[in-house]
Amino acid sequence: MSAVATPARQASSGMSTKTLNRIVIYGLLALFALFYLMPLFVMLVTSFKTMDEIQNGNMLALPKAPTFDPWLKAWGETCVGLTCAGIKGYFWNSIKMVVPAVLISTMLGALNGYVLTKWRFRGATLVFGLMLFACFIPFQSVLLPMATILGSVGRFGVTLQNSVGTSFGLGNSTVNLVFVHVVYGIGFTTLFFRNYYEAFPTELIKAAQVDGASFFQIFRRIMLPNSMPIFVVTVIYQFTNIWNDFLFASAYAGTGDAMPMTVALNNVVNTSTGVVEYNVNMAAAMIAALPTLIVYVVAGRYFVRGLMAGAVKG
Amino acid sequence: MSTVATSQIKLTPERSRPSVRSRLQDALPKIVLAPSFAITIVFVYGFILWTIYLSFTNSKTFPSYVITGSRAYQRLWGWTFDTDPPSSWYTSITNMGIFGFLYILICLALGLFLAILLDQKIRGEGVLRPIYLYPMALSFIVTGVAWKWFLDPGLGLEQTLHQWGWTSFHFDWIKNKDFVIYTVVIAGVWQASGFIMAMFLAGLRGIDGEIMKAAQIDGATTFQLYRRIVIPLLRPIFLSAFIVLAHLAIKSYDLVVALTSGGPGGSAWLPSNFMYEYTFKRNEMAVGSASAVIMLMTIVAIIVPYLYSELREKPR
Repeated sequence: MSAVATPARQASSGMSTKTLNRIVIYGLLALFALFYLMPLFVMLVTSFKTMDEIQNGNMLALPKAPTFDPWLKAWGETCVGLTCAGIKGYFWNSIKMVVPAVLISTMLGALNGYVLTKWRFRGATLVFGLMLFACFIPFQSVLLPMATILGSVGRFGVTLQNSVGTSFGLGNSTVNLVFVHVVYGIGFTTLFFRNYYEAFPTELIKAAQVDGASFFQIFRRIMLPNSMPIFVVTVIYQFTNIWNDFLFASAYAGTGDAMPMTVALNNVVNTSTGVVEYNVNMAAAMIAALPTLIVYVVAGRYFVRGLMAGAVKG
Repeated sequence: MSTVATSQIKLTPERSRPSVRSRLQDALPKIVLAPSFAITIVFVYGFILWTIYLSFTNSKTFPSYVITGSRAYQRLWGWTFDTDPPSSWYTSITNMGIFGFLYILICLALGLFLAILLDQKIRGEGVLRPIYLYPMALSFIVTGVAWKWFLDPGLGLEQTLHQWGWTSFHFDWIKNKDFVIYTVVIAGVWQASGFIMAMFLAGLRGIDGEIMKAAQIDGATTFQLYRRIVIPLLRPIFLSAFIVLAHLAIKSYDLVVALTSGGPGGSAWLPSNFMYEYTFKRNEMAVGSASAVIMLMTIVAIIVPYLYSELREKPR
């Protein structure tokens, strides 16, 4: 079936089967590439078509007269629920949520990984195991208590607002989501850093200790400068996960001005007033996909490493 | 494995009384870890217990904290099997079975197949691999928009094939309550199979080339080589991939929402959708919590033995 196995002693007839095998293999690979690319392709070409062309044309055809209008409309005019101001606001909501959540969870993960590998104590494995298991729980099993707590915190925020004049961010949906993503993200970030630091030479830390370096000095001067690859992996993994999250977003910011991009997109697509503007929907979807898509194109290698680290013990 | 901490412990007890400062220094690592650990204990394990508690009450719109026994569970299971049309819970777990089985099986088979193909010294592997894998980087809320359109009989595949002249072609699974779950399988496989391919490929690359060569010299055909030698060597990857897929399958939520909005009459629901709908939309908190507990137990049964074997102190 493959080239590897064709022994050299098979002469000319072997050559032709070999060529045939190669053709079949490349053909299959190309076919599957089309299968994986198809939805993205359909989204992309449709987002540049006019509604006329969509209704009368073929979904796989390239746009005859490419127009950028659907993108502009999706960004600035389309209706999310009852508000018709485009998805731009929701895009920024997602940014405001993702950046702090990623930074905080990554930093905590780095510190945790450092402690769990280089400052081991009795029960460290149990602590890690408990944090690791948290990565795998179905979030449905914590969804309701968290909603209750966030609700009370929100009411407390209102009280503060009335008495002191500021709610300190309590009850703000974006703050809530940052908190939720940090809480349910540290399991992953800790896993990444722990596995990475496990392989880091302990002798270096011992030597630094003999020289009188403190816990944080060692972390800052020795661990951090050598952690660039795992930082990239963790940041990308967290960024992708949090940007793409739908469950928490719809449970804790499912309505109102603070909804993140994914919830807004789902609303755009399911808003059923008048004619469904498929080109605008597809453009909105593309805008929602762009940040993670760009990250994937630029640093896909690191993204895959993150996925693998979550699956196989590194 | 010798660590810094142990060597410190050996040093300190001999001294008379360590100063407050040095004791603080010794406790610092634990102090740094403590917030994360506390957060995990409260917001994961505490909340799980809270959910379990709620599942034994008769909470409806608001949580009630009076234990009323296992009514929610009885409703879940009693409600179900005989009614016509089948109840939402029955639909959800049946769907879970169909979806979980096909999703895991097809992803494993397709992932392995693609990995083997890609491992034949392919030119352009660097282009193909990211193409197979990108669905994993995008939210299904995004790609679901395209899939929904593609599977819609009036717009997508059916329409396209009609235009190309195959007018008898009929494909309306997404609107059919008995088949809608299979469209979720297609989309799910599309999303995750590339990742599974990457796992198998990493496994294949890790196999010692000498073994392959030796088998070839012994005259093994390629098929025999893979069946008898390569695939058995990949067993650990099969296990990891199975765990990943099983856990993804149980957690699948946005797949159903984005693709089908629940399907006709909730016919595409998975337990995750059931939980969300009953808890937040139908004001049946206790029933929703009970379903969440059942989901959790399923995951526990799969993940805990795996994590235990992974984390067990290995003799060195």
